[in-house]
Amino acid sequence: MANVVVSNFSIAGISACVPAQIEDNLTYPFFSEQEAVKFVEATGVRFRRTVTKGIVTSDLFLVAADDLIQQLNWDKNDIDILISVSQTFDYDLPATSIILQNKLHLSKSIAAFDVSLGCSGYVYGLYIITSLMSVSNFKKGILLAGDVSSICCNAEDKSTYPLFGDCGTATAICFDEGSKMYFNLGCDGGGYNAIIIPDSGYRNRVNVSSFELQEFGEGIRRSRINLFLDGMEVFSFGISQAPKTVNELKEHFSLNENDIDFYVFHQANLKMNKVIEKKLKINPEKSLYSLYNYGNTSSASIPLTCVVELKNKLHDNKNFNAVFCGFGVGLSWASCFLNLGRVRYLNLLEL
Amino acid sequence: MKKLDLGEFINDFASLFNDLQVQLTESTNFKEIEEWDSLVALSLIALVDEKYGIRLLGEDIRSVTTILELYQKLLSKQY
Repeated sequence: MANVVVSNFSIAGISACVPAQIEDNLTYPFFSEQEAVKFVEATGVRFRRTVTKGIVTSDLFLVAADDLIQQLNWDKNDIDILISVSQTFDYDLPATSIILQNKLHLSKSIAAFDVSLGCSGYVYGLYIITSLMSVSNFKKGILLAGDVSSICCNAEDKSTYPLFGDCGTATAICFDEGSKMYFNLGCDGGGYNAIIIPDSGYRNRVNVSSFELQEFGEGIRRSRINLFLDGMEVFSFGISQAPKTVNELKEHFSLNENDIDFYVFHQANLKMNKVIEKKLKINPEKSLYSLYNYGNTSSASIPLTCVVELKNKLHDNKNFNAVFCGFGVGLSWASCFLNLGRVRYLNLLEL
Repeated sequence: MKKLDLGEFINDFASLFNDLQVQLTESTNFKEIEEWDSLVALSLIALVDEKYGIRLLGEDIRSVTTILELYQKLLSKQY
């Protein structure tokens, strides 16, 4: 199990951009009235933001990153690295981060590349960007994380579509002498098919039959270019692995529960997250949520939750410490402990 | 962790439902219970994890039909 400390970097700010369009699960057409109420109660997801035609993840990234760089008053020439974490990029190739270098008018001498991860991706992204900045002597970097899951899920598949919301986030990472981030990372590729878009790459190239709609029971229709999610498998994985990675993080680095002000878990679904909190014996008030209004936003869920829930608390000017924990598609997981004392700006935007 | 007992497990299983119309026995086909759905299945996974420390997989649930078979599946995974 990988336990890693990265020194001298902090988060300076986070911007999150969600689509303006709101969908309400209580009026989702493939639920009966009773089913809808039960779904909202169990998953905790009432509303979701979904993109309108033509808008993709990188458009949300662009708005979030522009706002963040401007509000932090960063000189674009000082930004040395740009990493995008997503599973809904513009193209198989070229990498979206490179296209964004141009759209954001960043320097051409920047290091820019993409990382293909989902629910665990934000914490992995923090690990990757801070590690690279550390060995490269970089002072400022931007981490983008998010997905437009409403495009990969079939709207007629009640087992996936009502869970996910779209969001793109930008996180500013700055040099901060003495600051430390602690990570615990892992994965289990044996569960690769628990969350998968079957015909989405080179193993199964998209072909005519990829588009055929298949019926998997009432209200569950999707094709092989749509996201499939084995709910029971993922639930079983989440309630066992998420507590494990957080416990390992706390034990390995001798973290004291009293030093942790907030837990921000990947927003999988309420039922799963509540079991995880219970197993970790966490005071529920310490655990932050954005599920009700935004759903499961994949790799954007942790930064979005920070933006929505911590914005007002930031004014207290307290030196908050937080544990972030992501887990899901891969299967993959990552948790980290970090100080949020350098966060100067949090903002939620709409496109 | 609690030791598995069939009678107690049947009671555990019954507790997952809000409005159970039938008396559960070891031979009940739980997938035919009106209230049984994927959300109840998640509650079952959570219960078995919390009470018995057993990680029940989606495939485990899909491969059985009666409560006894489910109980035997749990027994086989206990160690």
